[in-house]
Amino acid sequence: MNSIILLAGTRLLVALLLVFSVFMLLRGHNTPGGGFIGGLIGATGFVVYAIACGTEQARQALRVPPENVAMVGLGIGLFAGVMAAFFGDAFFVGQWLFIGATETEKGLPLSSVLVFDIGVYLVVLGSILTLTFALEEGAD
Amino acid sequence: MAGHSEVADKGPWARPAGLLPPVLAAALFVLFLGMVPEIADEQVLRWAWDWVPSLGIAITFLVDGLSLTFALLITGIGSLVFLYSSKYLQGHPHFARFMLFIVMFMLSMLGLVLADNLLTLFVFWELTTITSYLLIGFDHSTAKGRRSALQALLLTGTGGLALLAGFILIGNVAGTFELSEIRAQGGVLIESALYLPILILVLAGTFTKSAQFPLHFWLPNAMAAPTPVSAYLHSATMVKAGVYLMARMHPNLGGTDVWLWVLTIAGAVTAVFASIMALKQTDLKQSLAYTTLMALGTLTLFLAADVGYAITAVMTFLVVHSLYKAALFLVVGIIDHSTGTRHVNELGGLARAMPITAVAAGVAALSMAGLPPFIGFIGKEIKYAGALAVGSEPAFVAAAVLVSNALMLAVAGIVSFSPFWRRKHLAEPLNPHEAPWQMLAGPIILAALGALFGIYPELLARSLVNPGVAAILGPDVTPAALKLWAGFNLPLVLSLVTFALGWLFYYYRRGLRTWLIGLGERLPVFDNGWDNVLDGLKALAAWQTRLVQGGLLRRYLFITFATFLVAVAGTIWLKAGPMPALEWPVLQVQHWVVIAIVVAGALLTLTTSSRIAAIAGLGAVGIGVALIFIIFGAPDVAITQLLVETLVVVLFAVAALKLPQLDPDGTKRHRPLDAALAVSIGIGVTVVMLMVTDGPIDRRLTDYFEVTSWPEAFGRNIVNVILVDFRALDTFGEIAVVAIAALSAFALLKGRKA
Repeated sequence: MNSIILLAGTRLLVALLLVFSVFMLLRGHNTPGGGFIGGLIGATGFVVYAIACGTEQARQALRVPPENVAMVGLGIGLFAGVMAAFFGDAFFVGQWLFIGATETEKGLPLSSVLVFDIGVYLVVLGSILTLTFALEEGAD
Repeated sequence: MAGHSEVADKGPWARPAGLLPPVLAAALFVLFLGMVPEIADEQVLRWAWDWVPSLGIAITFLVDGLSLTFALLITGIGSLVFLYSSKYLQGHPHFARFMLFIVMFMLSMLGLVLADNLLTLFVFWELTTITSYLLIGFDHSTAKGRRSALQALLLTGTGGLALLAGFILIGNVAGTFELSEIRAQGGVLIESALYLPILILVLAGTFTKSAQFPLHFWLPNAMAAPTPVSAYLHSATMVKAGVYLMARMHPNLGGTDVWLWVLTIAGAVTAVFASIMALKQTDLKQSLAYTTLMALGTLTLFLAADVGYAITAVMTFLVVHSLYKAALFLVVGIIDHSTGTRHVNELGGLARAMPITAVAAGVAALSMAGLPPFIGFIGKEIKYAGALAVGSEPAFVAAAVLVSNALMLAVAGIVSFSPFWRRKHLAEPLNPHEAPWQMLAGPIILAALGALFGIYPELLARSLVNPGVAAILGPDVTPAALKLWAGFNLPLVLSLVTFALGWLFYYYRRGLRTWLIGLGERLPVFDNGWDNVLDGLKALAAWQTRLVQGGLLRRYLFITFATFLVAVAGTIWLKAGPMPALEWPVLQVQHWVVIAIVVAGALLTLTTSSRIAAIAGLGAVGIGVALIFIIFGAPDVAITQLLVETLVVVLFAVAALKLPQLDPDGTKRHRPLDAALAVSIGIGVTVVMLMVTDGPIDRRLTDYFEVTSWPEAFGRNIVNVILVDFRALDTFGEIAVVAIAALSAFALLKGRKA
């Protein structure tokens, strides 16, 4: 598809969508968002890019095959669950670390739950792109 | 097999694969041997680790007389069989794989007999099923090997499922899965209302595993495996797993009339039937396979009773049989290896070329035939004593044992006397030669042990048999003494009758065999029945696949939704009657707007003939649904719905280029039916929703998550907290499904292109 408007818009849109997807992923624990939504937004970004510039370009922009992204995400999700075992808890019990916590401030929270959400993000992103790219390449 | 020893070792693993397994098994054997003094002192050793504490599942191991006897047989015979295999299969391209499988089997079997927790036991039980499948099917290039392996897997696997159900029932009744705790509760299982189902399920598992009639037919077929496998799995270990479990459950399930009669009849029929079949065979290995069945039947028969004599007979015969049967299987393997045939009529006069094998075979066979001074004789005497002491029908049991023992004597002669000593010129120059020491060690040591225990029965009685009897019947019961000369009594008379009868059977073996083969042709064959069952199952599967999966996407959807409708409407009908009283909710302006969008989108989709317009219509429906979520305060769901809707439109748009026109053939005959289904589902779902909102909403879960979301999971977005923390395991399952679905679609799309 060779549309100048689409091409010009895509440059802005894709960057915005990708940044927004990460934003949605990170804020998800307290406000609407999360890995699933973030992954969908991220996938939309690449899909838009693929429509504007072709699947080949989109694949290059992603750098790794989307099916690998999905599998790595699944592995990260599993790892987040197994992490609990290192601290003597049952599978998938959330592990929390508050960096710089004081009496009054709880500091920067890091957790296995966030790791799991990142896994979800990658699985959703990778799976949708696997499907879309394969479909679009089939259509050529 | 004969040529293999000349071929050089293959692969980097061939050498360690030959060396490590025997050493490992021997080391384990020594380890268990070190426990003998404690066990002989009637102590019980126990180890426990928590596995899934939230489900009350622990990995617990228990060593008592019964499990130690099995553990010693498994590791002892294992080390000899592994040593034997290192020569028997030397140079085989998959030698290392074979050794890996058989070691895995040994460890699973050890776990099975040592487990104290029923679920741990079950896991190891299934592992033996799987590893034995791999071993039976080791020669997977032949159709026979594959069929036999699959048959064993399906039969023992089905039995395993029944067993699992039985174990779960036991756990429910007793409140624990620990065997030692269940036992401490006394007759809790026998008095329970679920006793009969438990018994049937457990026996279904043990009878398939230990090949009791009429589920016996997989065992002779399993002889498709390499001979070391037959020697190990199908004589000394795996098939005895069922016997082990029956012995283990004896204190908990035994002692009732049902137990007594089911085990007596199944055991007796198996023993007699198998020993007759053993006489009929002309293949040495098949013959031994049926004598193994006979042994399993005898063990079951004696496990029916709960008197000291009978259980002593079980423990003694268990050891006796493992010793001579493993030795004889190994001998048959040597004959096969050396001459290339196992056919009884083609063999004879091998003693000159293979003197050591001949002597080992002879000694093992004398034990099998039950002649003094071998342990087999004592085993037989104690069997007769046990038979006369049982509570069911001593005459019946004694007769069954007598017939099978006499036939056993005849088979012992056929298998290990005639190939070596019968005067016969071999049909062709087979060039028989003596086996290497690795292959001779097994038969020699096992046969020698048979003689040693015969002369010093105290050795066996004190270390294994008496603690074993105590483990089954409790410490109060006095086990019968093992003696070579127990005085002139009824068992001795029966022994003499056995010798006479057995000699007659041996002398007239050819005539008997011809007669039996003639008889066999007129009787139904179980093996064919198995094929019929499998064929029937496949035909059923093919029929129902044709019915519901015709290959037309529209048909799939129709069936899926029709099923859904029947389930929903049926439930409403059953719960609320044909006309449930409903209250129509009060709708506001914004609700009507959404409804208008959704209905308009749906109508567009239905009426248009352009695919793009249909997709746009569907998109409108989806956005309407997202609006509903926003109105009712679920922003996460709304965002997701919108994004999914967007992506679906894109995917559809890409796919639409490749799809045919809507209704390419112009027929619309299916449409009225589809419309009726769609409208019915719409009404059904609406009714369900109205009924749900009508009743009081159970807010317990909502309240729980609202209260705990922040303090326990440090999150304010309850939806997200549930997804990634409270219900993370479910989410993990879902993302796994997403990833697999994407990969499958990817494979389909790429595969079609290629």
